[in-house]
Amino acid sequence: MIRFALRGLAGRKLRSVLTALAIILGVATVSGTYVLTDSISSGFDKIFTSIYQGTDASITGKSAVSQNATMDLPPFDESLLPRVRNLPAVAAATGGVADDSTNLIGKNGKVISFGFAPHLGFSVDPSQSRFSSLHLVEGDWPGAGEVVIDRTTAQKKNIHVGDTLPIEAQGAARPFRVAGLVKFGTTSFDIGGATLAGFDLRTAQKLFHKEGKLDQIRIARKSGYSTEQLLDQIRGILPPSTQVRTGQNQAKQDASDTKSFTDFLQTFLLAFGGIALFVGAFVIANSLSITVAQRAREFATLRTIGATRRQILRSVLYESFAVGVLASIAGLFLGLGLAKLLFWVFGKLDFTLANTGLPLHTRTIVVSLIVGVLVTMVASLRPALRATRVPPIAAVREGITLPPGRFARWRAPGSGVLALLGFGLVALGLFAHGLSTAGILFAMGAGALFVFIGVALFSAQLVVPLAHILGGPAAKVAGASGVLARENSMRNPQRTGSTAAALMIGLALVTLVTMLAQGIRHSFYDAVNKIWATDYAVTAQNNFDPIPVAVEKPLRQTAGVTAVVGVRSGESRAFGATHSVTAVDRGASRVFHLNWKNGSQAVLDTLGRNGAFVDKNFAKDHHLVVGSPIGLLVPNGQHPVLRLKGIFDPPNGGSPFGAITISSATFDRFYTKPQDLFIFLTVKGGVNSATTTRLDHALDGFPNAKLQDRDQFKKNQASFLDNVLNILYVLLALSVIVSLFGIVNTLVLTVFERTREIGMLRAVGTTRWQIRWMIALESVVTSLMGAAIGIGLGVVLAVLLIVRVDFLVLAWPIGSLLVFALAALVAGLVASIFPARRAARLDPLKALQYE
Amino acid sequence: MSTTTEADTPPNAAAKPDSVVTGTELTRRYGEGETAVDALRGVSLDIAAGKLTAVMGPSGSGKSTLMHILAGLDKPTSGEVYIAGTKISDLNDTDLTKLRREHIGFVFQFFNLLPMLNAEENMTLPLLIAGEKVEPGWFEELVGKVGLKDRLEHRPAELSGGQQQRVAIARALVSRPTVVFADEPTGNLDSTTSGEILTLMRDSVDSFGQTTVMVTHDPRAAAIADRILFLADGVIVKDVAGATEHDVIEAMESSERK
Repeated sequence: MIRFALRGLAGRKLRSVLTALAIILGVATVSGTYVLTDSISSGFDKIFTSIYQGTDASITGKSAVSQNATMDLPPFDESLLPRVRNLPAVAAATGGVADDSTNLIGKNGKVISFGFAPHLGFSVDPSQSRFSSLHLVEGDWPGAGEVVIDRTTAQKKNIHVGDTLPIEAQGAARPFRVAGLVKFGTTSFDIGGATLAGFDLRTAQKLFHKEGKLDQIRIARKSGYSTEQLLDQIRGILPPSTQVRTGQNQAKQDASDTKSFTDFLQTFLLAFGGIALFVGAFVIANSLSITVAQRAREFATLRTIGATRRQILRSVLYESFAVGVLASIAGLFLGLGLAKLLFWVFGKLDFTLANTGLPLHTRTIVVSLIVGVLVTMVASLRPALRATRVPPIAAVREGITLPPGRFARWRAPGSGVLALLGFGLVALGLFAHGLSTAGILFAMGAGALFVFIGVALFSAQLVVPLAHILGGPAAKVAGASGVLARENSMRNPQRTGSTAAALMIGLALVTLVTMLAQGIRHSFYDAVNKIWATDYAVTAQNNFDPIPVAVEKPLRQTAGVTAVVGVRSGESRAFGATHSVTAVDRGASRVFHLNWKNGSQAVLDTLGRNGAFVDKNFAKDHHLVVGSPIGLLVPNGQHPVLRLKGIFDPPNGGSPFGAITISSATFDRFYTKPQDLFIFLTVKGGVNSATTTRLDHALDGFPNAKLQDRDQFKKNQASFLDNVLNILYVLLALSVIVSLFGIVNTLVLTVFERTREIGMLRAVGTTRWQIRWMIALESVVTSLMGAAIGIGLGVVLAVLLIVRVDFLVLAWPIGSLLVFALAALVAGLVASIFPARRAARLDPLKALQYE
Repeated sequence: MSTTTEADTPPNAAAKPDSVVTGTELTRRYGEGETAVDALRGVSLDIAAGKLTAVMGPSGSGKSTLMHILAGLDKPTSGEVYIAGTKISDLNDTDLTKLRREHIGFVFQFFNLLPMLNAEENMTLPLLIAGEKVEPGWFEELVGKVGLKDRLEHRPAELSGGQQQRVAIARALVSRPTVVFADEPTGNLDSTTSGEILTLMRDSVDSFGQTTVMVTHDPRAAAIADRILFLADGVIVKDVAGATEHDVIEAMESSERK
């Protein structure tokens, strides 16, 4: 039977390949994801391991609040360094500072930036080269007023040794002489597009506002002492708010940020691979059902010569097993190509990812094969069972149809009930009180699954009415082709329904995310309109990086400016949990109009040395009233006690304020590296071009600062939504493509099946173009059905979420929805190209004699 | 497009004045080299307007090939075919299709109705394809002739074999083609139903003057023809005007003996 199954596959190559494509693509996403993320994380591991190669122990500051990246920890006094050097177990030690917003300014006056990669600045200590992972490739190490930069950036931006390069860190941009070029590590390894800038220690301390401080001391052990002895000696002199780790542990700690990034990326991409596989399962189930129906006579013949039902079942299952294995192997290797393609795309976008080739771990192989084969087998179960129901008599009868299954009549009500059950579960997850997070996620996940399966099975019921609506215009415009296309699409509602359902899933998800993004955007706009009275705003060029507080000064000095309010942000602990703290300058009452539950606008300007305000939810959660004390723990270990001065009601779309807001003066006393997230300005006479020019001029020293008026600010802040949406579109496109292969597949199988009809049509005067259009329009009707059901379902799911979630408002992205419908139409046309051409090329005479 | 092609076609000297389809020195060879099979070895014939012509012969005699070539579904290896005065060897696929659409009707052995269309839609399918309107008077007359007035809403699956073939005949006649080709129209029917279908075909020739060519190996079918061509081994071996069933059987036996 196995040999028979394999022969069957070989005999229907085109059909088998088309069926397999759905699985190949799904598996490729899974394996591609693993390869990509494995490569990235091993790349980062390599970077951090090589940074700490000569380091036996590392001392850093310690945040009282959370575990941060080394450069964000509170720095410590540099007097620790000589004391460390005096320890008997220490062979050598070096101290350094670092900063992740050290912007190099290009010849065009703009910040040199590659994708989202950081702009790293740090001190270098050429006297202690054993600790350095940087190698000088040209020029010299930097002295005062000098810098070394990485060779890659220098080459890309045509910067040479001896050039003058402006650099902006925590103050206005200042010119530096390029003393030399460095490269990282021993190989020509790219640190993910980051720009590197190395200074001597004093210059770096000044530039990063860390005078007299160090972020880190790296220590080499004297031979004869164990690392444990070294750590013990260091611990003996370690001041509070510092910590010591082995070099290895420090590398791990530094890598943990990127680790959580790659972990997130992996889960995120796998989720979309899962969706593609889910869609692929529908495509396969549908293709196999059609093939089984077409092979009814073959199965019947086998039955007449003595094959049992069990043997028929096994033969079909062997066949899908073979397809599953071959498709999974193909998908596994296609995944390697996919990862390579993604690296290339990222590279083209100047977003170079740490890349260590294409590692194919055992886990990748095992998971890809198991998932691919399993999905194929599950999808083939129903068609295989149907094949067993072919009666032997079908061997001798013309035009036999498969008998309906025992449960056929329960299909419509059953699928309806399943969909409703799914909606119920989603609603339960959304609205029920007292569910755990896991419970909510489970209810929503299972609910969504039921909804999709239920609606997909139910869609057969919608085919006839939808075909009438969608096929009407086709029949009007395209005459015979349109009429025949419409009638053909209604011939086998089950088949058309399943084909459309595969597309439905992708479009429902696309619609859902679009509706949600629109909801967030509108609610954010609404919030800005409600509480921002600002004329201008200043942010980093990328809209989200913090900017130095030094930017405020030239703005204040500009004529016509009535208020400049920076919003600082930091972390703290209060009431046993980590909360964000924001801070505003005096004059905030001109910029923000808050809805006060307790207190008034005056609170904004009179926070003073220990005043604070919070939003009403925070007040409620912690039973706070005006006058309540708030005990804060800030990262450097200090414990300021604040007094609550006001409670405000934030708009649903969010406010710029964290849980607790204090005055900037207070903030700057407790936080070591204050930076502004935003700066807001009001000016005399509102926004006008003269003021804009003056303000732009004031920002000349800060190329990374971006001036924008209120409307631009609104749009810029919401622009990340477009980026997120575009990423989601690209990822969901994969499942849409899988479903398009489903349409291609159904059409090809349908053309096989209707060969004689097509021959007759050609004989009685149907032209090749009319045949082409007939197939193309059937495809379009099918894809538009998928679009109609998918967009409808997406809207329903979105509305459920919007009703539940406060910060979402119902807003109709009509334009996008129309584009989706149009895209479905075009997709239908594209999917029909190959099958329509096959149909049109049939020789009418041969077609008429086809069995 | 077809008009220009027709204009380019020189008048056909070989055709007789009342001939609607003419074939001259037709040969058809399948395959190449030693395995080549000659299905037709030089057949010339004229199909007279308003007559029922039967083409008979044992299987492998080339009768189906001849019909396919005369109907513009297949091309001869050599020789020329003229349909309604147009030389078809010069036509491209689209023009040939349009010529079939305008001048030729088909009746098939296995009916070849579209299962998703009802009887009426199947009957008017050629008009739909050509983008033409149904002439109500003519269509009613046709429906009356094939006797399916109360079956128009039925799908093929709800009709008997004989009824399906009646629908197919109405479909062949609806556009009033120059010639109808029927390929074993009774080959898939029982003998009573076959008789009814043959009567209907004879009737369509008599009432409407419909030129018809019928390929068959059923002597009963040939007996209703105005003219019978006997084919054997790719050539016409006998050409008789009208015959009884008995004559036909004799003629067949004699032609096979040859």
